[in-house]
Amino acid sequence: MNLNLLILIPAATALGIVFATGLKQVRFVAFAGAFIQLVMSFVLLFLFQQERSSGNTEQFVFQAVYNWFPSININYHIGVDGISIAMILLTAFVVLAGVLVSWQQEKLNKEFFLLLTILSAGAYGYFIALDLFTLFFFLEIAVIPKFLLIGIWGSGKKEYAAMKLALMLMGGSALVFVGLIGVYFSGSSSLDLITNAQSLINEETQRIFFPFLFVGFGIFTALFPFHTWVPDGHSSAPTAASMFLAGISMKLGGYGCLRVAVYLMPEAADYYQPVIITLSTIAIIYGAFATLMQTDLKYINAYSSVSHCGFVLLGIGMLNETAINGAVLQMVSHGLMTALFFAAIGMVYDRTRTRMVKDIGGLLKVMPFIATVFILAGLCSLGLPGLSGFVAEMTVFVGSWQNPTTMYRFATILACASIVVTAVYILRAAGKTMLGPIVNTEHLTLTDARWNERLAAFVLLAAILIMGIAPFVVTDIIYPGTEVMIQKIVLNK
Amino acid sequence: MTSEILILMKFELMVIIILFIILFLKIGQHKMSTATLLNLVNILLGINFAVGLFGNISGEAFGDMFKSTPLIHLEKNILNLAVLIISLQSREWLSTHKHVPEFYVILLASLSGMFYMISAQNMFMFYLGLELSTIPLAALVNFDLLKRRSGEAAMKFIISSAFSSGILLFGISLLYGALGTLNFEDISVSMTGEPLLILSFVMILAGFAFKMSAVPFHLWTADVYEGAPVAVTAYLSVVSKGAIIFVFFSVLYGAFQNIFISWYNFLFLISVLTMITGNLFAIRQTNLKRFLAFSSIAQVGFILIGISGNSTEGAAASVFFIVIYLFSNLGAFGVISLVSAKTGKENISDYKGFYKTNPLLAWVLALSLFSLAGIPPTAGFFGKFFLLMSGGGQNNTVLIVIAALNMVVSLYYYLKVVKAMFMDSNDNPIQKLDTGFQAGLAFIICVVGVLATGLFGGCYEYIFSIIHL
Repeated sequence: MNLNLLILIPAATALGIVFATGLKQVRFVAFAGAFIQLVMSFVLLFLFQQERSSGNTEQFVFQAVYNWFPSININYHIGVDGISIAMILLTAFVVLAGVLVSWQQEKLNKEFFLLLTILSAGAYGYFIALDLFTLFFFLEIAVIPKFLLIGIWGSGKKEYAAMKLALMLMGGSALVFVGLIGVYFSGSSSLDLITNAQSLINEETQRIFFPFLFVGFGIFTALFPFHTWVPDGHSSAPTAASMFLAGISMKLGGYGCLRVAVYLMPEAADYYQPVIITLSTIAIIYGAFATLMQTDLKYINAYSSVSHCGFVLLGIGMLNETAINGAVLQMVSHGLMTALFFAAIGMVYDRTRTRMVKDIGGLLKVMPFIATVFILAGLCSLGLPGLSGFVAEMTVFVGSWQNPTTMYRFATILACASIVVTAVYILRAAGKTMLGPIVNTEHLTLTDARWNERLAAFVLLAAILIMGIAPFVVTDIIYPGTEVMIQKIVLNK
Repeated sequence: MTSEILILMKFELMVIIILFIILFLKIGQHKMSTATLLNLVNILLGINFAVGLFGNISGEAFGDMFKSTPLIHLEKNILNLAVLIISLQSREWLSTHKHVPEFYVILLASLSGMFYMISAQNMFMFYLGLELSTIPLAALVNFDLLKRRSGEAAMKFIISSAFSSGILLFGISLLYGALGTLNFEDISVSMTGEPLLILSFVMILAGFAFKMSAVPFHLWTADVYEGAPVAVTAYLSVVSKGAIIFVFFSVLYGAFQNIFISWYNFLFLISVLTMITGNLFAIRQTNLKRFLAFSSIAQVGFILIGISGNSTEGAAASVFFIVIYLFSNLGAFGVISLVSAKTGKENISDYKGFYKTNPLLAWVLALSLFSLAGIPPTAGFFGKFFLLMSGGGQNNTVLIVIAALNMVVSLYYYLKVVKAMFMDSNDNPIQKLDTGFQAGLAFIICVVGVLATGLFGGCYEYIFSIIHL
């Protein structure tokens, strides 16, 4: 399959949106584009499985290389393995749901859907890139649309949040950039992922540039102490942008940490392992306790994202097969779950015009559908068996327990304990807002979800349930691809 | 033989022919309306650019004083394109001006000076070209004759450039005293690290730094940019700066290759200072022209990093970046020029709510600023990436880290303008502006350039292929 389709479809959608007039046409084009993209992602999955079952054990399939800047050995190189496919599917789900949730977007609707589509193109390109220049290109494409989405359509102190997010993410890319220069001049004179993975970078160079790459990508995925853009950015963003930010954008970082930093520099990853584990454990604990103090629903989910993305980094940092697989699962699971949660919060906010926990109560009686979605998303977040969160977190914990060092055992115990805190804040928020007595009598007249919102929730819920009940569907995609990569990491560490 | 020299000097001759056509029209008291004259000039400049694309030959003339290579053809034609775009964009401003022919005569005289300077193979020739390009510029800066600030800017410009020329000349004379030659090739052969030669090199470097407004010789830039008419500011920041950078790297790589270690450290220091100073001052600016002045100072810092790579990649990245910088900066200046000509507003706060009234112009300005900030998919991303990558070839991680962090700082002030246009509301926004055909054409060229030069690798590859150090 020609992977360029994954970028060309959003590009064509964006072009269609430019020429569409009026909200109805614009949203139809955006929806059609997102839907076709989801179908394409499934076709890709199907073809990928077929390729694997026909005995193709290549690490990356559907590869294609196009000359871009041959004189300095920079090419446009794409290809996918199981991890990329999982991420592409996640992106397709979240984008479709995001478009559906923004169905009633009146203000500057053309620009809104255009930016959303450009964002998704950036994410797709990022996940299929096998050349680090290509990867970096798509990573940076995603920064500015976020800035505009938050700044123009956001709420609260949106301009501050937009600027903070743009600068911190740009700072992250700047660090990544330094790391890429280090990789290029490490002897390979190439930015190709596969070439660089084959020739081991010498350990001294690794130790210099690994922190740049890991912290740079880490900023995207809320690595402590660079997580401060997450709460502000997520809570000021409009619903679809929040879904995108937490659901996909934060995964760009985790994916980069694994695919670029740890994969290319396993020895340095081993060297810095204590730092990674410490920081991610702090993020998990700090995120969980910070969430306890929040009174705004979006801030609750944003801080809990810091905590949950800590599991991703913890899993990657443990440097063993189970934990890394768990980290990938956690990326997918958290992406779906947090997108669903933000969608539910957005639906509540659209109706009640407030996100403060104290102003809302008993919505289950008024809007049963939205309330159910909200509670399900919360239960997934606290890791209820049968939903995706359980599968992912469990795998991370099993993997990290395999690491017998006392300090890492301790970190694992702390991380496990954070689940209890998660349960406290999720159950408290869900109980107060959805169950309990109705606080504001004006809320009695509110309506339940419209068809578009229901569809968005169904799309995400279906994915969460499938992953929770039959995790092998997802693990079958991911695991065969990670073996080669993980073997290299584990052997060389 | 004679005809060969004519073709060798094609670029210079074309510009001078156009100059004389305009001059004759002026002297001949021709009753031509300003609009017709402007159309005619723009067509001539368009032809000039088109002619520059074909039929160039390489060679040397005047006893190795003048050289022409494919790279030099390209550089000259880049400047031709920039002048064409500036001319298209400044139509609005010029159509009400009384002295249109004089404007173009002076402008083209300066341009021909730059062409001679780029082709120079000899310090003497280089100095002549430089002066021919600088002195008309002072007159151009003062072209808003009735504005006091314009006069002040011109005074500052002429004094500081005379000063820098003096330093440059002093350096050249020391060099001649020590080596007995002014020819670049002869200099490169006998250049050593002797104190006297290093002193002369520092003088020459200071002269260059003045002209391209690198720190600590940047102080004239902001005042002159602010005082000059927008079209002239655009010319100063793109054409004048581009030309001097073209010469700068070929002189460094050619004549001063032997003392690479010395000039690398100078360049390291200057580029870091230039980036930091330019960025920090740009943050505080409220006037868009001053803002772009400081941002262009910061850009010079990035270009110096690329040049410090001392490689074909470094040269290619610098030329490539100038092409990108041309499109991005002229896109930004075009919008500012239009707004300034129609409403007289030049402050960032005036642009609040600009998107609501002029969505297309706001996107042009935003795209240009993104390109200057180095955000993909605009070409600026590729330009900055390649500059820093060629600088990274010297394995100086500190320099690359400083540069990468400076890119973050620069993003802040570019986004401030974008924020004003797209997010802030304004009770009294700039009214809906009519672009007109010619300025519209210039915008299309800029936008296509900003988007296409990077995404399609051909431009960089072509530049890379014609550079022979």
